[in-house]
Amino acid sequence: MPAPHHRRQFARYLPVLPAVVLLAVFLAGPVLWAFQASLTNAGLTGRHARNPEWVGLENYQRLLQDPVFPLSLALTVLFVGGSAILGQNILGLALAVLMRRARPAVSAAVGTAVVAAWVLPEIVAAFAAYAFFSNDGTINQLLGGLGLAEVDWLYAMPMVALILANVWRGTAFSMLVYRAALGGVPAELTEAAHMDGAGAWQRLVFITLPVIRGTIATNLMLITLQTLAVFTLIWVMTAGGPANGSSTLPVMAYQEAFKFGDIGYGTAVASVLILIGAVFGAAYLRLLREQKP
Amino acid sequence: MADAVLLLIGACFVLPLLWLVLGSLDPAAGHGTKLPQQPALDNFAAVLTPELLFRPLVNSVLLSVGTGAVTLAAAVLAAYPLSRYRSRFNTPFLYGILFGTCLPVTAIMVPVYGLFVQLQLLDSLPATVLFLSATSLPMAIWMTRNFMDAVPLAVEEAAWVDGASRLAALRSIVLPLMGPGLGVVFIFVFIQAWGNFFVPFVLLLSEANQPAAVSIFSFFGQNGAVAYGQLAAFSILYSLPVLALYVIVARGSGNSLALSGAVRG
Repeated sequence: MPAPHHRRQFARYLPVLPAVVLLAVFLAGPVLWAFQASLTNAGLTGRHARNPEWVGLENYQRLLQDPVFPLSLALTVLFVGGSAILGQNILGLALAVLMRRARPAVSAAVGTAVVAAWVLPEIVAAFAAYAFFSNDGTINQLLGGLGLAEVDWLYAMPMVALILANVWRGTAFSMLVYRAALGGVPAELTEAAHMDGAGAWQRLVFITLPVIRGTIATNLMLITLQTLAVFTLIWVMTAGGPANGSSTLPVMAYQEAFKFGDIGYGTAVASVLILIGAVFGAAYLRLLREQKP
Repeated sequence: MADAVLLLIGACFVLPLLWLVLGSLDPAAGHGTKLPQQPALDNFAAVLTPELLFRPLVNSVLLSVGTGAVTLAAAVLAAYPLSRYRSRFNTPFLYGILFGTCLPVTAIMVPVYGLFVQLQLLDSLPATVLFLSATSLPMAIWMTRNFMDAVPLAVEEAAWVDGASRLAALRSIVLPLMGPGLGVVFIFVFIQAWGNFFVPFVLLLSEANQPAAVSIFSFFGQNGAVAYGQLAAFSILYSLPVLALYVIVARGSGNSLALSGAVRG
């Protein structure tokens, strides 16, 4: 009797409905709307705001000819690669390894400092980073104190400042993930290697890292996705400037849509970003499945 | 050796924060970090006004508590069947949800703005609450289901034997048992909503509706050049609730928050 069975099944899953409706309207809806709107000339104001016209792939053709787009894509790759995959990942791992060897009080104090930068509201962290890298800010005070030349960070090398700021802001996540993972590495393994005469570096490279490689892959995926979406930090520190010198994809999408009032073109940029996110998301899910037998 | 390296790294992380603390106490603060010549609470006094601090903070509370409540309610309801019934539907649903946590939220803000224009929801606090709830729901459902899985079915079955309905058992047995877990989920959602800048920046236009994250940006975007001390003081007052909540959660179960951090941004 399939019918009553299905009906019961349906009634049982009724409580899922509010969540599904919320997700469908506010997450799936905008994503689908984005792909559709990116094929129109929808505007922020004026007549194209009320009656957008279908323009087919025009926005995407424009994207391919727009010199800002490849720049923006390259900056996004640089930002994610530099601040997440290299910076946060390696520093987070280093912190987690060092914390197991340091005195508990030191490790707790440093852990608090690292986490504090991560827990602060993003706008506050962005202001603090802006002040730190501004012309008469703390980092130039330090350089001056050491007798080195001061640098106008936010204009002369905005990407360096942004990458350092995002490492400061986000390393806590990788640190927490790796602390948990290192706690799960069986002590017998490293001890046995120690007995065989392996040094600290050898134990790390040949024992510990292979054991936690699943965690490393997961962490890389998650921080890539988080960093891909960073907007506030960049917007407050450089607003994408100078001359698009730091306008990553989220900043470009925002500017095209809201500063230049071209919602259609802005959503085309956003659609590219959504697709990149979806690719990484799918890779992340595959990874999880492989890890769970 | 490890101590020295750690302390050096730690110092680098503290430096930018030091500016916030010292600057807030220095009426003549600029971009640089320096000890105030005459430490004073002038900056705090200057920002403690209804239009500058209190109204934005009230909006932040409405936004964050609203988002926490809506998210938690929807997450508990959704988690129950996912945790208690076996079905072919569960795994794809949960993986779909996890996929949802991967979407870069900043990427969908332009389309969300377009959607809100068409539905005439722009500048509406309740609508913004619903959107924020949707963005935090995937992780909240995932966490809530894990907490619910930890409550043994046997406890619930004992209540059914005594004649309690499923809903009654959920309310009087299961939910109290997962109290601390629900607290973690609520605080996690609250912290995210409280700290979010981009979503209210795009969706809430009038000053009367803007939370502290946006008001701080618009006010100091105009007056920042002269009032860095006030900016620092405002930032500290606005950050305190989140720091306090984090300490509460970290004491209880630091790991679940680390896990939940997976979806920030």
